[in-house]
This record gives sequence, structure tokens and C-alpha cells, in this order.
Amino acid sequence: MPQSAEKVLDHSLLFREPEYKEMFAKKRADMENMPATEKVQETADWTKSWEYREKNFARESLSINPAKACQPLGAVFAAAGFEKTLSFVHGSQGCVAYYRSHLSRHFKEPCSAVSSSMTEDAAVFGGLNNMVEGLKNAYALYSPKMIAVSTTCMAEVIGDDLQSFIIGAKDKESVPQDFPVPYAHTPAFVGSHTTGYDNMLRGILEGFWANAEVTKNETINIVPGFDGFAVGNNRELKRILDLMGVEYTILSDVSDQFDTPSDGEFRMYDGGTTLEAAKNAVNAKATISLQQYCSTKTLQYAKSFDQETASFHYPMGVAATDEFLMKVSEITGKEIPEELRMERGRLVDAMADSQATLHGKTYAIYGDPDFVYAMARFVLEFGGEPRHCLATNGTKPWAKKMQALFDSSPFGAECKAYPGNDLWHMRSLLATEPTDFLIGNSHGKFLERDTGVPLIRLTFPIFDRHHHHRFPVWGYQGGLRVLVTLLDKAFDALDAAGLEPGGDISFDLTR
Amino acid sequence: MSLDHKNDAEFHANLIEEVLKAYPDKAQKKRSRHLSVAKPADASEEGGEQNLSECAVKSNIKSIPGVMTIRGCAYAGSKGVVWGPVKDMVHISHGPVGCGQYSWAQRRNYYTGTTGVDTFVTMQFTTDFQERDIVFGGDKKLEKVIDEINELFPLANGISVQSECPIGLIGDDIEAVARKKKSETGKTVVPVRCEGFRGVSQSLGHHIANDTIRDWVLDKSEREFEATDYDVTIIGDYNIGGDAWASRRLLEEMGLRVIGSWSGDGTLAELEQAPKAKLNLIHCYRSMNYICRHMEEKHGVPWTEYNLFGPTQIAQSLRHIASYFDDTIKEGAERVIAKYQPLVDAVISKYKPRLEGKTVMLYVGGLRPRHIVNAYDDLGMEIVGTGYEFAHNDDYQRTGHYVKEGTLIYDDVTGYELEKFIEQIRPNLVGSGIKEKYPVQKMGIPFRQMHSWDYSGPYHGYDGFAVFARDMDLAINNPVWDLFDAPWTKTEPLAVAAE
Repeated sequence: MPQSAEKVLDHSLLFREPEYKEMFAKKRADMENMPATEKVQETADWTKSWEYREKNFARESLSINPAKACQPLGAVFAAAGFEKTLSFVHGSQGCVAYYRSHLSRHFKEPCSAVSSSMTEDAAVFGGLNNMVEGLKNAYALYSPKMIAVSTTCMAEVIGDDLQSFIIGAKDKESVPQDFPVPYAHTPAFVGSHTTGYDNMLRGILEGFWANAEVTKNETINIVPGFDGFAVGNNRELKRILDLMGVEYTILSDVSDQFDTPSDGEFRMYDGGTTLEAAKNAVNAKATISLQQYCSTKTLQYAKSFDQETASFHYPMGVAATDEFLMKVSEITGKEIPEELRMERGRLVDAMADSQATLHGKTYAIYGDPDFVYAMARFVLEFGGEPRHCLATNGTKPWAKKMQALFDSSPFGAECKAYPGNDLWHMRSLLATEPTDFLIGNSHGKFLERDTGVPLIRLTFPIFDRHHHHRFPVWGYQGGLRVLVTLLDKAFDALDAAGLEPGGDISFDLTR
Repeated sequence: MSLDHKNDAEFHANLIEEVLKAYPDKAQKKRSRHLSVAKPADASEEGGEQNLSECAVKSNIKSIPGVMTIRGCAYAGSKGVVWGPVKDMVHISHGPVGCGQYSWAQRRNYYTGTTGVDTFVTMQFTTDFQERDIVFGGDKKLEKVIDEINELFPLANGISVQSECPIGLIGDDIEAVARKKKSETGKTVVPVRCEGFRGVSQSLGHHIANDTIRDWVLDKSEREFEATDYDVTIIGDYNIGGDAWASRRLLEEMGLRVIGSWSGDGTLAELEQAPKAKLNLIHCYRSMNYICRHMEEKHGVPWTEYNLFGPTQIAQSLRHIASYFDDTIKEGAERVIAKYQPLVDAVISKYKPRLEGKTVMLYVGGLRPRHIVNAYDDLGMEIVGTGYEFAHNDDYQRTGHYVKEGTLIYDDVTGYELEKFIEQIRPNLVGSGIKEKYPVQKMGIPFRQMHSWDYSGPYHGYDGFAVFARDMDLAINNPVWDLFDAPWTKTEPLAVAAE
């Protein structure tokens, strides 16, 4: 009997016991009608061949293990970054259960959002009643300061008009007339979660800025973009800007909302950009986006208020951080303080100390387009080669930009960008042209298992490792953390190679 | 059943009243029908199982907009629950990318096989709808996607099409596509109309999925299968954390032959051969009773419910199952129960002293809020509140077999209600889902996810009971819960050692 009270075996060991293994084999042989083991092996080998890769890349319609989510997820994320703001997603209710679960699984935090719970009758008659009743209930139960409305694809397909619905709901006194209910149409069949982030943020700003009288001031707005590391990153960003003495408003700051303390109280809302600050942000002299592909429409909107705009691709690594700081300095006239120069020096120092370990290592990288760009750029900075760079929600212009990045470094010579591809494509790439490491998220663990390329989790979603998002990857300090993460993996790989019995080879005490 | 504690009915009734005050009138009226306190069982009731209490509330009704229901949708019920675990088929999330993405590999339906080659459960296949698919329809794309699956995954034994919301709204004919592709390739293609806006919860998705097994799988295969007198099918066990395996072992040990596992670790063949069973054993009644009733009517296969949570229910269930068979099996059941008794004794003597008298609130799907009650009771723990996301009337009737008078009952609970109930009752443990986990823990109350077993399991069978007991202990008795208050903020005077 494998089980005992002294040493309780759970799934991780229990099913390796002979009683279970025997049971599995018997089930397969007698009941499952599965192909012969040889046939499976032969097919498995074929799926890793160049022939298969070609077939796989010839796919036109099927998406397998895509690395992107849908618009409303980004909308819920963006809204969560405002003071006491409740997301209200208009459409089917299951979607909201999914966004909440998805974000909770990554952040290990509560995620609150409500649905208008539309069903068949709403599909026929439209969801106006659901909006009227839903806003009323949400307002009464959850005492928000703002309700941010986005849509599921159901509401989009039947063509519900948010603007008129919200006016209608206010007329029926669901919420007070002056209560802020910004909205954004976020169809799941257009773009991805990054698009939804952009749409919702723009919608929220429009709610505050439309018809505003502008009195320019010296503050700048910063749009962080959809970012699984927002907790650590936004706090690092604020530290940097405080060091520079810049006056700023972060437009959607989820860092407290997704990192509430355990002290006996459940805070449904915590922190976030205050509504006052969001309102005043119209007066800023500039709006800077840290993720260009998350903010096209938002920046356009800011520009319409005569704000200067600039955008970056996730300021990670040395040059990317340099550029961001210099731009902030240029816009605000504030100098980059000595302290930050020291931090920069320390990051470069660490990279120099470890350059031999990482020089020439090859990487496959996937994630959102801004992240992939930043990661590849940082890899190039320490002499690595970002061979396969893939973004399911990346576009052809993104790929062109990636190519320009590769072309800027001798280490980019053999690198290629894959816009619109998915992780099953990545499997073919890794099977036929393996790299030393794979950088991505938790979904990459299946690739690691199938191809043996070690996975480094550095982007959303990370479900199977805890708390990484509480530490920044932006700025020089963040760069240090990314560097150490990569180094640990590289050293672990070296040590693993030295674990084989038969001599003390490659098992060095000092590296 | 030895549930010998009493719940405070009056306190719970007041709580309901208090919580309802927060709602606007219309919503208050609606919600009041879903909240109740278990009443004394009607002693005059004849026949059926003896009830401990009466747990009637309104159920299986539309959720109210804006209240933060915890429920999911029909797609989640079909793709996520019933079809998703069938391991040798490719399940297409048909529509935009999100639904498949969020449900990708999240339910922990364990299986054996080579993922991506002969099994596909932890993969996300989607038609990834774009605007043009909405405008022009998605049938052509679906055809192409099925062709591409057949080309890239030749060992897949079949395909199911799991419809997302837009499919039913744009008038696609996925049945026609399924028929066409089936006739071209000979492989099973199952179109499932489980659009998320259908019905009021996951529950209709289960039903629709059951109906598609009936219409597109059963009686369609000509594969030979030799039946024996001891054949049973496990139905409604999704093998979360290996549950179905811990169950299967016991059934096999008592001499039965499990010819199908529906649907955890199951294959298309196991669906097909189920009508040959002598008895269908149903664990999750809510999600699969429909197909059992069908097989009873059409194929003459009787079915019975069973419960493998905790030794009391396990012994009762194994004996009950054996009662359908001859003495070999009856003796087998006794042999198995006796064999595991020492393990049960050891687990209980280790964990019961650490858990006795601890109170528990549950809020899960359609089965566990009642099914696990006795497993807690075996450890001396008391259920003070329980409720379902998507149960129907017959589930609440069955709940009366398990819970005591005075237990707080909540159907389709809202985030607001659950938080208030927990805050006021302050149980020693809450068992619910990922969305509830962190709010509860922030309150300083231990929590276990009871959908996914909080990344643990199995919890079924004797092997699972040991894991269950260990997990409840580690949740409740972890020292972290004592660290919540910073010592300098404590209001009560510090104890003086000399006193």
C-alpha cells in the first residue's frame, strides 16, 4: 500500500508508485484504444522534425497555445489601477469569472469585477436592462468611486451601445448623474489584452478629460501598460521619478491593488491613481508610455490636448532605462541624479562581472511585443543572442522593428522575429533549432518539457512560481534582478551537467 | 451519520437579514430566495434516504447583474468540465482567444499520455476569431482548422467544437461542418453549442455536453468490445489531482472492471463503450446525471450515485456498489474496507486531534458542498455553512442528507454576501475557489481551494483521504495566521509571565 499517515503521498509521488503505474498500463492496454507505443514514439519524433516545422508554419487558421489573451482582461487590469474603481464588464458572466481567476492566479491576490450577466433573452432584446440593474446593484453593494465599463464579445456581436446604455441607466437613477462611469468597447475578436488596456485607459481619460478646460502645468503622465510585474515595476518607477524630483501621475497604477497586505482586513480597493489626479492629468505637459503597443489610442488622445507624447518598449536593461530617463529629463528639465548614475554603474558592473557566463548564450523569447523587444535588447547588451523572438499579438511593423534591433548588434545576426505566431510554432523552432534558454511565462513549461530548453519566467502570466512580480524588472535595479535570474538558470544548468556520477567534472565550487 | 454538533440557526437567520439590507429592493427580493438556514427534517417524509435537514432554496436561476456572482458559463461547463478532460480528442475553443486561454490547463485533469502527440488536454486549440470571422461567419475557418488538426495531430482520435458566445449569435452551422468532416475522415467530430450566454451557469453546459455525447458519440462506433459481468463505468469524476485513479484502484481491488472513466483520464473509446457496462457509477451527479438517465433508458444500464470522500462515505459507497453484484464483489468490498482500515485509523488518530471542533464554510460547484461534508466529519470538523454555484433543486434536496439543522445555506452567493457571512461567522476554514481564496486569507482565515484541491490531491478514496486530512491540517495549523497583527498594534495588555 503506497499511502501512509506517517508520510502522506500526494499526486507528486503517489502516482509514481508501482500499484498506480501498473493500473495505468492496464487501463491503456485494455480500455483506452490508444495507438501502440512505437507509433506514439515515431509520431512524437516526427513532431520535432523540420518536415513537421514546415507543416506547422504553413498553418493558416488554427491557433495552438497562443501567447495572448482577449481585450477585456486588459480593460479590467487598466481599471484596477484607479482609486476605488470597480470593473463592470457588460456581457456574459463567465468571462468575468475568467478574468478574475486569471489575474488572481498570477498576482496571488483578490481581483474584483462584476458582470452584467447577460443571457439568452438579453441576446435577443439587448442588454439595457442588465446595465440598468447591474450598475444599481454594483453601486449599492460595493461602494465604488468609479465604475469602469467594458464589454465581452457577446455584447459586441449584438451591438449594444455603451454610451446610450449608461446615459439610460443614469436616467433611471442606477447611479447618480455625476458619478463617473467611463466605458470602452473591448471586442475580444479585435487585438488582444494589450488593445483592451489601451481602449479602457483611453475611455477612462475621456471620461475625465472630455470638455475639460486645460491649464498646462509641469507634471508628466506615465502610462505603464499591461504588465504582470506592475507591482514591483510601478513602485520602482515611482522611486526613480521621486529621485529625479519629477511631478508625475501614473495613469493606472495597480501596484497596491494587486499587493494588499495580510493584516486581517480584506481591502477590495487599495491605492491606485486618484480620480482627482486622473482628472488633473489633462493639464500635464506630456504623456509618456512605457509600452508603445499598449497605448496607441491613449497617446493619440493625450496628443489631442497638446501634450507632448513619447513611448518606449518596456524600460528594461541599460540602454532602455537610459533612454527613458533622458526623455523624462528632457521633458521636465530635471537632471538625472548622481544616485541613478551609481545604480547604472552597479548594473553594468554586475554585467561585466558575469559576462563570461552569458556571452554567446542563445535565447528564445516570447510574450507581449513590448516585453519581447525589451528582453531581446537586454540580451543583446550582455552578448547573448535572442534567436527566436515571438509575439502572438505582435504585428508586421513590430517584426520590422525587431529586425532593426537585431541589425544593430553583431549578436543579432542569426535572430528572427515571429509576429502572430504561437507557442506550438515555438515548439517547432526549439525542436529544430534549440536555444540555450527560453524566456516567457508559465505556459512555457510545456515547451521546456517537450524540448528540454530551460524556461525562465519573466512575463505574465506566471501561475506556477510565486511572488516574482513583487520585484521590479524595470530600471537599473530591475535589470539587476533580471540579470541574476538569467545567471541563476545558467549556473543551475552548468551544475546539473556536473551532477552525473563518474568524476568531478564541471562541478566547480567557484564560478 | 454522526454529525453531532448543532448550528446556531437564529444567528444565521439574522445574518441573512443583515446582509440583504445592502441590496436595492428588487435585488433584495430576488436574493432572499437563495439564502436560508437548514430547517429540521420533515419526519413524516417517507421513502428515500433519511434527511438530517431541509435545505430548500431557489436555485438554477439567472444571476442578478452587477452583484459579483462567482459563477461561470456554459462553455466552462462543457469545455472546462465535461469534454476538456477527454484526452485523446482535440477540443477546439471556437471563437475569440480568451475563453480557451483562461481555461487552459487550469482544472488539473490528470491523464497519462504524450501531450501533443496522442493526448491533448493541457493544450489550447482555438479558432482565434477576428472581426472578419464575426462578419462573414466562421464555418469555413472551422473546416480549415479541423483539416489542420488532422494534419498536425494524426493520432488524435476525434475533435470537439466548443462554441463560444459569438457562434450562436452569428448563425454558424457547426453541425454541418461536423458532419462533413466526419464523413471525409471517419473521425468523430462533435459540435457543442455551449455558448456562454446560454443558461444561467456552468450547469447548462454540462447538460449540453451530455446531450452531444448522446447524439454524436454513443452507438456510433462499430469497434468490438467484449463485456464482462463486472463492468462498471466511472462517471462524473474529472480526475482532478488524480481523484479518479484513487477511486479506480478501490473498484478494481474489489473485483470490478472499470471500462470507462468519464471524463478524467478518459478516451473517446471509453465514452463509446460505456453502454456495455453493467452499472454506471456517478460521482458528480450534477454534471453527468443526464447521460446516465439516457443510458438507463436506451441501453438498460442502471446507475447509482456514490461518494468517495472520507472513510465513512467510502465504506458506505463500496458496500452500496457491491450490492448490485454477486458475493465475489460483496466480499471484495469488505476485503477492501478492511484492508484500508488501519490507514484510516492512522490518519484519523494523527489528524483528528488537530482538527476536532474546527468549523468550515464551503462554497463550491454542484456536488462537493454536500459530498465532502462527511470527510470533514470523519476528522471531527463541523460544517457551519455551505452553498453551490450551480446546483438545482435536486441537489439541495440531497444536501439535506448531509448537513445539520441550522447550517447556513447560500445559492449562487455574491461576493458581498460571502464576505459578510465569513466575516461574521469567522469559521476556522473556508473551502471555495481561486476568486475567493485571497479575500478570505486576507481576513486571517485559512482557506483551501476546493475546485482544484489547491494544487494538491487526490482527495478521493482512501489514498486521497490521507491527503485531504493533511491539507486541512496544514491550512488551519500553519503558524502564519498568528502573525497578522503587528505586536505594537495589539490592544489587549500583554500577558505577564509572573502571573
